[in-house]
Amino acid sequence: MIIKDVLCPFCGCLCDDLAVEVEDNKVVDVKHACKIGASKIKGHDRIKAPMMRDDKNGEFREVSYDEAINESAKILANSKRPLLYGWASGVCEMMKKGVLLNEEVGGIIDNTASVCHGPSALGVHEKGLPTGTLGQFSNRADVVVFWGCNPVQAHPRHMSRYSVFAKGFFANKGRRSRKVVVFDVRKTDTANLADDYIQVNPGEDYMVLSALRAIVADKADVVPETVGGVPKEKLVEVAEVMKGAKFGIVYFGMGLTQSRGKYKNIDNAVSLITELNAHGKHSIIPMRGHYNVTGFGQVCAWETGFVNAVDMSRGIPYYNPGETCSNDLLMREEIDAAFVIAGDAGAHFPAQSIARMGKVPVIQVDPFHNPTTEMANIVIPTKVSGVELEGTAYRMDAVSLRMRKLVDVDFPSDEEVLDKIIAKVREIKGASS
Amino acid sequence: MELKATFISGRTVDQGCNLENKTSKAYFDAAGYCEMNSADAGKIGVEPGSNVKVATDFGSVVVPLKICEGNPDGLIFIPMGPWANAVVDPNTCGCGMPGFKGIPAVVESSSEDAPTMPQLMARLK
Repeated sequence: MIIKDVLCPFCGCLCDDLAVEVEDNKVVDVKHACKIGASKIKGHDRIKAPMMRDDKNGEFREVSYDEAINESAKILANSKRPLLYGWASGVCEMMKKGVLLNEEVGGIIDNTASVCHGPSALGVHEKGLPTGTLGQFSNRADVVVFWGCNPVQAHPRHMSRYSVFAKGFFANKGRRSRKVVVFDVRKTDTANLADDYIQVNPGEDYMVLSALRAIVADKADVVPETVGGVPKEKLVEVAEVMKGAKFGIVYFGMGLTQSRGKYKNIDNAVSLITELNAHGKHSIIPMRGHYNVTGFGQVCAWETGFVNAVDMSRGIPYYNPGETCSNDLLMREEIDAAFVIAGDAGAHFPAQSIARMGKVPVIQVDPFHNPTTEMANIVIPTKVSGVELEGTAYRMDAVSLRMRKLVDVDFPSDEEVLDKIIAKVREIKGASS
Repeated sequence: MELKATFISGRTVDQGCNLENKTSKAYFDAAGYCEMNSADAGKIGVEPGSNVKVATDFGSVVVPLKICEGNPDGLIFIPMGPWANAVVDPNTCGCGMPGFKGIPAVVESSSEDAPTMPQLMARLK
């Protein structure tokens, strides 16, 4: 059986044109997906049963779902400062339950954006976000800028479906309709496909953005001969290209959010786009990583008012990134329990942060054995959302789409596990109050 | 000889393909290496495939060397993952985001073995 129009549960492109062949309830072939999406949908070895251990250096023993869930609830209910982290590889339905669990235990809920586009949210708080949808950009953009992102490696179908090669209503010649410029600290595969590559010194993007703003404002005379490793004449040339666009779009990634300046880089980039809008139509959008990391921001915002790093210890939502983000909490050794679901803190936090996690009970809810499993005391395997479970996800441009179920499995969903933990936490807290 | 460099981490296709396969050799191959250009590799006298030790103020890690001519002189890259995490900066400068890019590093030849994922995690507990 071939299932058409399948959505890919890997990256923020959320490609929705896959064809998946299923035989005897097994995925046997994946068409139209990139190498990463096909690898994800075909699947990997998974954790077969819930497991527990007291000593993180000891062997796991298999336990029942009830035992693992009850023990998890006990840890969370008795914890004073639990961190509930991850959430990006799940569907919105489970995220809603996550926010509820965080309320019940008075913890901090944070998602993978914390180590990804968290600073972008801060930049948006400062300056807003002149943005649009991938459909608009694909149909209209004649100048495409990739800044500190490398879609060839991280979002492999982005250029063909949306940004560069796609033929649009106005950009009807595809690649030939568009001028493509890449700003990066190294010549990436994306840079090799661009019309122009601007090599920026590591950590000096902010200065380059400021120089472009000055040139766009006709103040090129104040710009030094070289800024961030880029010659002034090159900056003037690129600024003119951007200024001359009928519809310009800037896609940006970790090259801005993770390097020096962090959220101030985003703040400055948004200002550049706002100022360019005096000359043409311009937009900017973050290249979101996990397929539903955008969905967590949506769910958390409509449930709590904030997109991530929400502390419920006061009984009301409190948000202060830098104080309530996962790595700040871990480095201050505030956390006394960690609940990691649909995200892999163990693989993507700095070693010192993970070492802090090594000192507290760690509960993991995930289909796969990963570095977080190595740090865990309780492991609860669940369904792979978007392959074994349907639900809602938000593409990187915040367009909501419905993920499809392709095969049936006996594992519970994240939502079912969360429901049971919430019920048990209420029982424990009810008994003690 | 040692090389003074600037370290960055980032995604790759192969690292992505093995995100749910992190106990495998394929994940090690995809995320456990350090890239620099051939001129920099020449300065430390290391051939591709041989191990280098990357050290920052925050830790050190031994991984095999790969060549990428797209890297300018003095820029080294380790894909995001446990090997990169051994040397990244945990400080968030008050905005939640650790320093995963732009960290001063020193690279030199190493005769030590590169650690596996479980070995790296075992150091942290």
